[in-house]
Amino acid sequence: MRVSLIVDIAKALMVARLKQTMVAAVGVTFSITMFIALLGFMNGLNDLLDGLILNRTAHVRFYNDIKPNEDQPINLSNEFSGGYNIIRSVKPSISRVSIYNNESIIRTLKGDERILGVAPKIAVQVFFNVGNVDIPGVLNGIQVDEENRLFAFSDYVVAGDFMDLQYSSNSIILGKGAAEKMMAEIGDYVQVTTAQGNRQLLKVVGYYQSGIGELDNLQSYVSLASAQKLLGETSSFITDIQVKLHDFNLSPELAREYRSIFGIDADDIQTVNAQFETGSNIRSIISYAVGITLLVVSGFGIYNILNMMIYEKMDTIAILKAIGFSGADVRNIFITIALSIGFVGGLLGLFFGFISCLGIEKIPFETEALPAIKTFPVNFNPKYYLIGGVFSLVTTYFAGFFPSRKASKIDPVEIIRGK
Amino acid sequence: MSKKAIEAKKIKKYFFSPGKTQVLKEVSFSVNKGEFVSVMGKSGCGKSTLLYILSTMDTDYEGEVFLDDKLITGQSSNYLSRLRNEKIGFVFQFHYLIHEFSVLENVMIPGLKLNEKSREELEHIAMEKLKIFDMQDHALKKANQLSGGQKQRVSIARALMNNPLIIMSDEPTGNLDKKNSDMVFGIFSEIVQEFQQTILMVTHDQELASKTDRTILMEDGMVISHG
Ligand SMILES: Nc1ncnc2c1ncn2[C@@H]1O[C@H](COP(=O)(O)OP(=O)(O)O)[C@@H](O)[C@H]1O
Ligand SMILES: [Mg+2]
Repeated sequence: MRVSLIVDIAKALMVARLKQTMVAAVGVTFSITMFIALLGFMNGLNDLLDGLILNRTAHVRFYNDIKPNEDQPINLSNEFSGGYNIIRSVKPSISRVSIYNNESIIRTLKGDERILGVAPKIAVQVFFNVGNVDIPGVLNGIQVDEENRLFAFSDYVVAGDFMDLQYSSNSIILGKGAAEKMMAEIGDYVQVTTAQGNRQLLKVVGYYQSGIGELDNLQSYVSLASAQKLLGETSSFITDIQVKLHDFNLSPELAREYRSIFGIDADDIQTVNAQFETGSNIRSIISYAVGITLLVVSGFGIYNILNMMIYEKMDTIAILKAIGFSGADVRNIFITIALSIGFVGGLLGLFFGFISCLGIEKIPFETEALPAIKTFPVNFNPKYYLIGGVFSLVTTYFAGFFPSRKASKIDPVEIIRGK
Repeated sequence: MSKKAIEAKKIKKYFFSPGKTQVLKEVSFSVNKGEFVSVMGKSGCGKSTLLYILSTMDTDYEGEVFLDDKLITGQSSNYLSRLRNEKIGFVFQFHYLIHEFSVLENVMIPGLKLNEKSREELEHIAMEKLKIFDMQDHALKKANQLSGGQKQRVSIARALMNNPLIIMSDEPTGNLDKKNSDMVFGIFSEIVQEFQQTILMVTHDQELASKTDRTILMEDGMVISHG
């Protein structure tokens, strides 16, 4: 059987009912357009919201937690080794918050191929002394260039130049919320006191705004060296090692691995931010559900047009069968019609979907909370276009399935005799 | 080589709605190759029913049908489709052309379906068939731009496309005026004479029937004369 004949006949039937065929195709186009626009927008939003936390957060964070010693003296005693020892009211021992031998740890981590980068950090609890009130805050001592490379630090510095932190000593980038409370302008000096009682004047060189108010009220940034100086520690003192991976899905595995090797605490991003994953998934599911619903509706459109075509072209089907077309040939003709509608409609849908995504991307979207965002975010992942294309063919195939089967079963004798 | 193009043996056919009625009662006859046979009988005596059985489109009957000495009763529907395509040309009372196709394409369809020759060859053959009926000038027109008589000529050309073993026709002139029915009948006689085409034609036109080689007379589901 030559395929071109089936296609020619399918084409002739479509031309005969051009208007309806086009309406059916427009139905598919519309739903695929919506599907693409919706998925692009929703996932753009997902990326944005995830990025808000995920890009700012280390994929794995190494630190020493303050906690009771796991090897309490009683466990070491032979006398009680057979029993199950319960100790009440255990207090944490004086343990180092700094990471011991951190230089070799960092070297090891940098040698790991899964790891994109490593940034050391010092977190210092401080009070800002403003007049006669003390405002609590956290100073993050960071390695400015690495922090920027791995965690897009500069995106969140809304005023001032972030590199000043590195170039001028005793400088600070204040959290926007904290700065507003202290009414500290750029160029002003603020006084901080650490828990140990060390005091220091720091010059404000910028504001930091993450979009998460809680953080912006609390977190401020200084250079690693300033933080060490403030604490009166040597340059080997750090409290956190932040790691960013090429594939953040590997973080639980990596955290587990190095936790046992280095014997320090390690948190992975999945465990810390499990709720973000859930939110993204739900938004994706909603967009898929809406897209598929639209496609099913347009599938009914195709179902209708095919049924109508079959009803109107009963004579043609009868004569084709009389000439020697088998049931399968007739079925293929109508499946071809359905798939052509799906293909053309789908292709246009992908195109218009892309155009709408470009349009959405131009809509201004400015909010205080998201300084780096100027327009609506859109995700142009080809995956959605592939899924949209496949869906349009699959739904139209199913929409065409029953009408085609009906056509293939038409008894030519009944039609010819009916005249 | 057998002389018989088609042979029916004791064909019985029942309809079940409304109530069981026997429409064909042990119909047996045969048509030889190169013969032009007409079937006559009162309206409702079962002529069309018989023709649909012989054309393999109706498979719900008792008895046996042989085409070119091969038993076709009980064959699969795919086999029968192929057989219809290759060996049987059917001309209906209504032409049943595909209106969206050109005249030439309509004639070519059985050849394209058979898929044994290239498109160019098929176009050439279809053109030859149209020439027999002096329709070559209309080859590129759409089928719905033709008159009734022209359409019927095109449908005969289409039936001839694969050089079938037999042409069956159910009242091909029933829907045409005197002039056009004479012309269609003239064509049938011509292809019998020139190409030794076997034809089995149902008609209720006494005058036309008398001009065929032989007339089978039916009455009430039975053959009463083999002519
Ligand atoms: N599908 C059917 N169901 C029931 N009876 C039918 C059906 N088709 C035809 N008949 C009956 O069978 C008889 C023969 O019909 P037909 O072969 O069309 O006659 P003819 O072609 O000789 O005029 C008629 O009595 C007709 O009413
Ligand atoms: Mg009849």
